[in-house]
Amino acid sequence: MANVTLTINGIKVIVSKGTTVLDAAARAGFFIPTFCHDPEIPRFGACRICVVEIAGMRNLPASCVTEATEGMVVNTESPAVAEARKTILEMLLANHPQDCLTCEKNGDCRLQDYSFRYGVKGPGFEGKRHEYPLDDSNPYIVRDMNKCILCGRCARTCAQVEGRAVIDFTYRGFDTKIAPPMDTTLAESDCVYCGRCLAVCPVGALTYKRMAGKGRAWEIEKKPVTCTFCDSGCLFDLNIKDGKVIGVTAGSPGQGRPLCLKGRLGLELLYCDDPADPQMKRDGEFVKVSWSDALGLDGVLDKIRKIEGK
Amino acid sequence: MTNPIRDIAGADFIFAIGTNTTESHPIIGLQVKKAVRGGATLAVADPRRTGVAELAKYHLQIKSGSDIALLNGMANVIISEDLYNKEFVASRTEDFEAFKAAVVKYTPEYVEGITGIDPETLRQVARGYARAKNGTILYTMGITQHICGTHNVLAVANLAMLCGHIGKEFSGVNPLRGQNNVQGACDMGALPGVITGYQGVGLDEVRAKFASAWSVEQLPAKVGLTVGEIVEGASHGNIKGMYIMGENPVLSDPDAGHVVHALENLDFLVVQDIFLTETAQLADVVLPGASFAEKDGTFSNTERRVQRIRKAVNPVGKARADWEIICGLATAMGYPMDYGSPADIMKEIASLTPSYAGISYDRLEQGSIHWPCPTADHPGTPVLHAGKFSRGLGKFSPVEYVSPDEMPDQQYPLILSTGRRYYHYHTGTMTQRTGSLEVHYGQESLEINPSDAQNLGIGQGDEVRVSSRRGSVVLKACITDVVPPGLVFTSFHFPAVPINRLTNPARDAIAKIPELKVCAVKVESA
Amino acid sequence: MADVTLTINGRQTSVAQGSTILDAARKMGIFIPTLCHDPELSTVGSCRMCVVDVKGARSLVISCATAAAGGMVVETESPAVMEARKTIIELLLANHPQDCLTCGKNGDCRLQDYAYLYGVRGSNLTGAVHQYDLETDNPFIVRDMNKCILCGKCVRMCAEIQGDSVVDFTCRGFNTKVAPAMDTTLAGSECVFCGNCAAVCPTGALQEKGLRSSARTWEVKKVRTTCPYCGTGCSLDLNVRDGKVVGVTSCDGDVNGRALCVKGRFGYGFIHHPDRLKSPLIKKDGQFVEATWDEALGLAARKLGSIRNQYGSDSIGVLSSARCTNEENYLLSKLTRAVIGTNNIDHCARL
Ligand code: SF4
Ligand code: SF4
Ligand code: SF4
Ligand code: SF4
Ligand code: SF4
Ligand code: FES
Repeated sequence: MANVTLTINGIKVIVSKGTTVLDAAARAGFFIPTFCHDPEIPRFGACRICVVEIAGMRNLPASCVTEATEGMVVNTESPAVAEARKTILEMLLANHPQDCLTCEKNGDCRLQDYSFRYGVKGPGFEGKRHEYPLDDSNPYIVRDMNKCILCGRCARTCAQVEGRAVIDFTYRGFDTKIAPPMDTTLAESDCVYCGRCLAVCPVGALTYKRMAGKGRAWEIEKKPVTCTFCDSGCLFDLNIKDGKVIGVTAGSPGQGRPLCLKGRLGLELLYCDDPADPQMKRDGEFVKVSWSDALGLDGVLDKIRKIEGK
Repeated sequence: MTNPIRDIAGADFIFAIGTNTTESHPIIGLQVKKAVRGGATLAVADPRRTGVAELAKYHLQIKSGSDIALLNGMANVIISEDLYNKEFVASRTEDFEAFKAAVVKYTPEYVEGITGIDPETLRQVARGYARAKNGTILYTMGITQHICGTHNVLAVANLAMLCGHIGKEFSGVNPLRGQNNVQGACDMGALPGVITGYQGVGLDEVRAKFASAWSVEQLPAKVGLTVGEIVEGASHGNIKGMYIMGENPVLSDPDAGHVVHALENLDFLVVQDIFLTETAQLADVVLPGASFAEKDGTFSNTERRVQRIRKAVNPVGKARADWEIICGLATAMGYPMDYGSPADIMKEIASLTPSYAGISYDRLEQGSIHWPCPTADHPGTPVLHAGKFSRGLGKFSPVEYVSPDEMPDQQYPLILSTGRRYYHYHTGTMTQRTGSLEVHYGQESLEINPSDAQNLGIGQGDEVRVSSRRGSVVLKACITDVVPPGLVFTSFHFPAVPINRLTNPARDAIAKIPELKVCAVKVESA
Repeated sequence: MADVTLTINGRQTSVAQGSTILDAARKMGIFIPTLCHDPELSTVGSCRMCVVDVKGARSLVISCATAAAGGMVVETESPAVMEARKTIIELLLANHPQDCLTCGKNGDCRLQDYAYLYGVRGSNLTGAVHQYDLETDNPFIVRDMNKCILCGKCVRMCAEIQGDSVVDFTCRGFNTKVAPAMDTTLAGSECVFCGNCAAVCPTGALQEKGLRSSARTWEVKKVRTTCPYCGTGCSLDLNVRDGKVVGVTSCDGDVNGRALCVKGRFGYGFIHHPDRLKSPLIKKDGQFVEATWDEALGLAARKLGSIRNQYGSDSIGVLSSARCTNEENYLLSKLTRAVIGTNNIDHCARL
């Protein structure tokens, strides 16, 4: 494939044609913040936190959707870029609860990371705030849409699995929201609780209920495991705190990796030191069920154990 | 130090002479403060009213360079009032009679004439130290940087032996070393007369041992030259080449102008450092070394405690750990040096050095160790001379007061003394580049007593020129009664104030330490 | 010394007479939250975070200041205890900025830890909040008294370890504040910026300026080492982020405990200073030019070798370094004696 040569922050970079400026910068070791960019489903270009300055361009283009071209001169941290990013952060924070104190995402949150990086201590102005009720209608996923920054990654990753697309953008303007059809709770929707949306959400809008209150991001070490329940080979993370596995979360949600609930529960049973009881929807209500009930097949535990050699 | 730092807090009498502990060794200063809070008596002998003097019950504001008179005077009181530790003197020491005879003339009244200290105060301090259950003596460069530096140290040791305040807990004779690894550099044989662990180069068996370990036929037996003599040799052309690692003699050594000429006179100069120091600028080849954060190794602190440093980050640019550079140079000179890591070097050191024989990186992972540590299961030696001095009996060495080499006269009527500041370190190579210390304490000034300032027509903050027979610098005046009339003081931390252009290179005949604490200067408005 | 036997959370334990309930619980591995307690400082028992239930006692007792007694039956997490702790946290949060988003102590803050542990999301109480100015007028410590929970640890650290008593409680009631005399800034006081107060502050009220603004607590790796300055040899932790030293924090050093002086704690900036030498240099026509290691070492070896051969070993002088390691000083002594063949080696021990 043909190559193009461009200059990023004074450094010459050679990349293949078609590469985005974002990827070219990463190649050269320059960090550019992103919210909505998903390497699995690229080129969305909605949040604009990834803007850069390119000589000869009037506006600051979003680097995740801009292709590197021959001779391009890019600055990833010019004063104008920093200013733009600060403004975006201030706008997001203007409608964001100040909840890091106890937020489950504290320590692993992009909004927080970038606020620290750009010294944005809070909203630049007071604005209207959402007051959505917390959706903890189900035993697996807590949705706090007050913290949602509308990056859309959850909806896109959800739609990546055939026939799911459980959540999507609804309403418009200030009221824009990510929700299941008819703006129901997740419990009332067709959600299968695979948790891939949790894995990609950059903030604390979607969190894993089974780990709530059990540990903070910096106390938890993640160790990848591959599920052997079916042939898809989905990747999950063991979440380990003080040497104990406190939960299993969906790893990278690639194409053709359903990351199903069963697989995750199976792994929780297998690895967690103290796994919480599984719950399943029965007649539209979540109820505690036995492990063999939850995992579907009798004898599946034996099978998992055998395969894992445990 | 004969005793560990933490012992200081347990002493009931602390005699600090020529040390501004709270400023130069702040964490040791905490132990002094703790002792004082606990009721210990602190006596400080210093011409300046330093921070630690402010904490003291007795501040003996002695005239610069009169330490021996003071110390002998204390001994005189202790002996004449029969307060000395007879049992200790009888069983652990020798030559007491000679010492006793030597101090007879140092009556408090005679001493007053030299030191300016009122006889009654001297008596009280002498009694306090002698009667203390545990008396400890702290000193630093205020004792050593005199032409009589070695004698000063002996006078201190005499006093400690006289009262038996040595070889036990919470007491001792405790020189506080100024730089992180002076102790270690000495221990490792970076000295002209000894190899590691103070094994003399003059001893055939020592040379034979090292020659075989180092796979060379023979090692030189003649004691080498000290820093001052090397510099002197360079200026006379006897020294043709120099290799300087991590030192900045252009700013740190006395009569700095002369040092520059000497180094310029060399055929070849290699300097290895982390910055292009004033000395490195004169070099033919500069080798970039690594900072303490960029390499593994050990430092030995002032209480002989060997501790690890650990590599936290990679050296900047192409810089290399200094041990790797030395290996590279030796190899390039046809003597292959090949070590996997500093741990391997320590193994070799331990195998050749009785006092470090029991020290290894594995053990240091568990905690620091005080040398002497002769075997792998020896716990280390926090307190020296317990039960027995290293030489057997402690020897009293009678010493006499001599006046400093250069005393004020009509032309140069004031005494200049130099020292350290809390916020800075050595020649400032590091502390002038921290983004914090130099921001907070960014400019050096000359401390001068109000009466001298008034006589000279100098106002607070005025620019003044201070000059000696050797050179002059310009800096701001800080009018303060921290210094007594007749004395001015500043530090050597600021390249913009290269005060060592003025200082006197006259040296102690034995230890070769220059008299940085006293030289004659004049001060005038600039 | 006599031992006392007591029961904590249903388990029996024996501790030395005079131990507190807190000591006994910790010995058993039972966690009790504390804010004002510090094992190295005097006990004041003011924050009440450490309360426990003692059977037969009229009210909850402060475990950090109550001696364990024989036969005592203690519950460390009874409903009443949990309620009390929640209330204490709520009261503290009622007058605390919601600033974890960018607070430098986020991730290493006791107030935050306990709020999370006890599920206190914020405060239902709305009351007067302090509006103190942020103090940033010195290059070492940032003081944000809005985040101070008045635990008094800094006051005791300064008085009992540092021995300087620069800060103390001033004013009363709601206006109680920890400050230097006359409520000046630290820069205007006798403060020597050892930062030992910041080392014990449980919240973000006292922060190391450089460290806390350049890295989040969970991003740093700590490397234990020895201070490069004076001969005291204090132990400290270098805080490393992305291959750079971004700060220094206290550890429990053999010499110094948690105490450091201003140089040890704040004097690390030289490590990555732009002036650092990054390449060997060779002087050509009075100008330094960059060289490779082979060139520089080769030239040095040739020149020193030829001087030795021409004028004799004793025509070379070597200055070793009181700043370098033992291993390096040893090697340089070896090089001087075995390779160059002279004893002309010294260093500036005398300066
Ligand atoms: S819930 Fe999370 S992933 Fe989904 S749009 Fe909101 S912030 Fe993005
Ligand atoms: S989502 Fe992020 S910024 Fe928002 S409260 Fe949680 S951690 Fe803080
Ligand atoms: S001091 Fe603690 S609770 Fe307060 S803002 Fe900082 S991290 Fe949050
Ligand atoms: S500043 Fe910190 S240590 Fe001092 S009283 Fe406030 S919270 Fe406690
Ligand atoms: S922290 Fe201060 S007292 Fe301790 S070794 Fe470093 S410079 Fe010396
Ligand atoms: S920790 Fe016990 S009262 Fe504060």
